[in-house]
Amino acid sequence: MPQTDTTAQIFSMGDRALVVEFGRTLNNAFTLRARALCEYLLAHPLPCMTDVVPSYASVTVHFDSIAAVAHFRAVSPLEAMREVLQQAVERAPLAPRRRARTLDIPVCYGGEYGEDLADVAKHCKLTADEVIRLHSSVLYDVSMVGFVPGFGYLGGLDRRLVTPRRDQPRKRVPAGSVGIGGEQTGVYPVETPGGWNLIGRTPRRLVDFERSGSPSEMEAGDHVRFHPIDAAEFVRLSERRQ
Amino acid sequence: MTIEVERPGLLTTVQDLGRPGRQHLGVPVNGVMDEISHRLANLLVGNDENEATLELTLNGPTLRFTTDAVIAICGADMGGTVGRQPVPWWRPIRVPGGSKIVFGRPAIGCRAYLAIAGGFDLPVVLGSRSTALMGGYGGFHGRALKKGDVLLPRQPDEAHTPRWVRLLVRSHHGIAYPNWSVSRARMPYRVSPQPVRIVPGRHWQHFSVAVRELLTSAPYKVGLDSDRMGYRLAGPVLEARRSHDVLSEGVVMGAMQVPPGGQPIVLMADHQTTGGYPVIAVVAGVDLPVMAQMPPNEIVQFKLITPEEGYAASGQREHQLGMIRQALAAKLM
Repeated sequence: MPQTDTTAQIFSMGDRALVVEFGRTLNNAFTLRARALCEYLLAHPLPCMTDVVPSYASVTVHFDSIAAVAHFRAVSPLEAMREVLQQAVERAPLAPRRRARTLDIPVCYGGEYGEDLADVAKHCKLTADEVIRLHSSVLYDVSMVGFVPGFGYLGGLDRRLVTPRRDQPRKRVPAGSVGIGGEQTGVYPVETPGGWNLIGRTPRRLVDFERSGSPSEMEAGDHVRFHPIDAAEFVRLSERRQ
Repeated sequence: MTIEVERPGLLTTVQDLGRPGRQHLGVPVNGVMDEISHRLANLLVGNDENEATLELTLNGPTLRFTTDAVIAICGADMGGTVGRQPVPWWRPIRVPGGSKIVFGRPAIGCRAYLAIAGGFDLPVVLGSRSTALMGGYGGFHGRALKKGDVLLPRQPDEAHTPRWVRLLVRSHHGIAYPNWSVSRARMPYRVSPQPVRIVPGRHWQHFSVAVRELLTSAPYKVGLDSDRMGYRLAGPVLEARRSHDVLSEGVVMGAMQVPPGGQPIVLMADHQTTGGYPVIAVVAGVDLPVMAQMPPNEIVQFKLITPEEGYAASGQREHQLGMIRQALAAKLM
């Protein structure tokens, strides 16, 4: 018997996507439901579906509206898609099946690799060493992967390290930079612009565009732990990667 | 055979129909901004519609062709000359080896697409040859073309090369083109200022009736900092009834997000996979090419339609494209 579900609501996002909303607050139960539905849809794709994107409390399902007109022979492919999506929501399991991985990420904190470490320490009224200790003693959750491939939004930052984004975003943040932006922390996998405070850098590669499957080392639901390394170790690990 | 970039123009990138299917891994779709001009350019040279083209922006490049090539250019008319001879648009052209095309600026519109018979010899990265400027992968070394770059076209597959292209290849010296082109009447859409049709967005109900009416009656101006990621619009403030902060979730191309200042941003081809502002409306799929052709400082007028009206318009346009495809196929005989 399919599980009947009264909490999930389906909204349209224009004429090419639908959003399944499990809740409107940050709540682990909603996130798990969203991930479970995403997994289910990837394994059992809806006709004309082009993408499925899980987030904190919802799943966005993209579809090819031109293909859907032909496929459903319906006046409104939006309504036809809504119907098949509703059925999928009812069939999908409530918890994701994928086994979460734990990534261990070595970080050289401060100095040339983490130019904003002193600013973060000052803002948080802590010493630089305390920032490093707090940042590297938590097992983080990958809430979402986005921004660029391989960028995981990590949840679980110690409240004492919350630091607002920089007023002036940097035009270039080097690949591997570890930053704090508000209540979140994460690693920039490739060089991009960015507004987070940079506290360190990892020599570990987190994205691989040559790989055929996922280019990203981390996926939503995974866990991340940082461990401090010194500059010599950073150089050694970087060279080994070459 | 090579194409050398003598002058890169404002922003010339390699794009195809993008890389959907990996957004759950944080991979943006990228791809052409104006899908219709891109598809037409490919059709005219006998390519698959997903073959990579060059997307030219506002100020076209200067390209030198070392050997003969068959190309087609569609979209915002950036002129273009070979020597003193103007290059015709919306039709296949044989460009003789050793010549260069100097493109200019369009009087109307913003982007043009140059397709070459056979496509470009570039690696497929994450399922596509599109350039991801943010992240620096795909296309030509993950970046816009620069002076001195050399592009290698692939040799067109003889068996699949349409007759009109083969005839052009064999034609005598100089620039050559058939006496037909996509007629104005048959054009699936025109690059011209026109209202942009929108449908209600995911957070339409978060805005009062008065604010919704404002969006569809007041003119909005395309900001100078608009790019392939998004169009920033300036106009009357769109205030949400509740907070402008919503939980981040997956967003679509054309989504009109309203950040706290009330000045909307329309997400375009390079948009990130998720967004955290309320989406008041979404540009109807059928009018994404119209939006993509809006240059900075252009005034946009939005028109509200139902999704069903949008699908009907899309269907009509696909029908027109189908007619062009048929007409081209008939030239194979």
